[in-house]
Amino acid sequence: MHTAENSKYAKTHEWAYMDNGVVTVGISEYAQQEIGDIVFVDLPKIGTAVQAGQNCCVIESVKSASEIYAPVSGEIVEVNEAVNADPAVVNRAAHGDGWLFKIKAAKPEEYDGLLDLKAYKETLDK
Amino acid sequence: MNPENTENLKKTPLCGACLEAGGKMVDFHGWFLPVQFDSILAEHKAVREAAGMFDVSHMGQIWVEGKDTWKFLQYVNTNIIKRTQFKGTYSHIVNEKGYIIDDAISFALATDKYLVIVNAACIDKDVAWFYKNAAGFDVKITNDSDNWGMIALQGPKAIEYASALIPDVKEMARFTIKEIGLFGAQGYVTRTGYTGEDGVEIMLPPRAIVHLWDELKAAGVKPCGLGARDVLRLEAGYLLNGVDATGKQTPYEANCGWVVKLDKDYFIGQDALSAQKVKGMERRLTGFVLTSPGVPREGCKIFKEGKEIGVVTSGTFSPLFKGIAMGYADTDLQEGDTVEIEIHGRLISAKKVKTPFYQNRV
Repeated sequence: MHTAENSKYAKTHEWAYMDNGVVTVGISEYAQQEIGDIVFVDLPKIGTAVQAGQNCCVIESVKSASEIYAPVSGEIVEVNEAVNADPAVVNRAAHGDGWLFKIKAAKPEEYDGLLDLKAYKETLDK
Repeated sequence: MNPENTENLKKTPLCGACLEAGGKMVDFHGWFLPVQFDSILAEHKAVREAAGMFDVSHMGQIWVEGKDTWKFLQYVNTNIIKRTQFKGTYSHIVNEKGYIIDDAISFALATDKYLVIVNAACIDKDVAWFYKNAAGFDVKITNDSDNWGMIALQGPKAIEYASALIPDVKEMARFTIKEIGLFGAQGYVTRTGYTGEDGVEIMLPPRAIVHLWDELKAAGVKPCGLGARDVLRLEAGYLLNGVDATGKQTPYEANCGWVVKLDKDYFIGQDALSAQKVKGMERRLTGFVLTSPGVPREGCKIFKEGKEIGVVTSGTFSPLFKGIAMGYADTDLQEGDTVEIEIHGRLISAKKVKTPFYQNRV
């Protein structure tokens, strides 16, 4: 199961967790705090091909809209339907039940190039 | 927010108290103010169900005094300014073209002394406009904005909390003002607000306003920020000058025709507004509720049957109504008509509704 510790990170505040070539994606605890009350998530469509760094999802909070970028390239194979019914789950459990979507990685080496938790936290201190 | 960048921002007397209460501070038109303390939704709920307080010290206080005070205010306002002592009048201040400069409330403290409360971002502009148009009137105009702190105490329990400190606030009618003495200082309380709930706005000098904040906080009133304030005012259908009126719209276009009294003595903008009343207008500020999930924002285009018919000026997620928006749209739209609002490149269906979205018990 994905946790803050065993996940990798993009500088744009997404976390990624790879299991059997499928990468689960969510937003970091820091990102959910910054975004505030999440009220709607425009999830990507299953079957969509995405490139690493591509905007593929929008998170709406009361005060703003935040674009979410695919941390790796591949195909969207699953989305977290629970987020549609209860978008606030992303605030409550950003690293757990509040995951957003899964990508079947086309280039697994991109995953290795993401930051670990320590390196990600260092980017926040800057 | 990066503290290095805040040096040039104006601070209210409650800045320290807001930081202490955990306020997440932002640059709001040059003011260092809290956007939220807890969560915007929690703050919204507090105001709709109990009571919340806002630091509104950035708002402007302009005194108009002298023999011609009422005549002058009639001249620079579109509405009929009430003469009854302690009554306040909401009105628009417009230019010769009828375009909104600001919206303001003028309170009658005496026949020769009114207090005009204006928007923070418009203080300098309003004062300059008053000076410019005061020729021939026996009036003295004073910008007193820097000398006052102000708290908006809002919600169904606001009057109960206020009564503990100002006993006869219960007897005050809506839109009236009263002089008060509190914590050794003189100030004013008005039964007004910008949330669609009952409540008061209390003006006190800097030291006393901090005392009031602390007392209300200790009593259980929730500190609320600009984020919740924007959701609340939009639900209540209130115009935000600078956003819903940008110096290019008349009160008619801003759906505030009720503040224009063409029949009164001559006022600035009367000719232009009379002409528009006859000629009609193309677009009007209109309310929309999304019928599919999404959050409309400022700048989103509005379409009807593929044709662009308007643009959103204010939009948000309302806990009561989900996606809501106000925007300038074709005047031939009928209530209940279906439109599409473009959000992140997708057309989301919405319907035209009457504002206010939220009708309170006030």
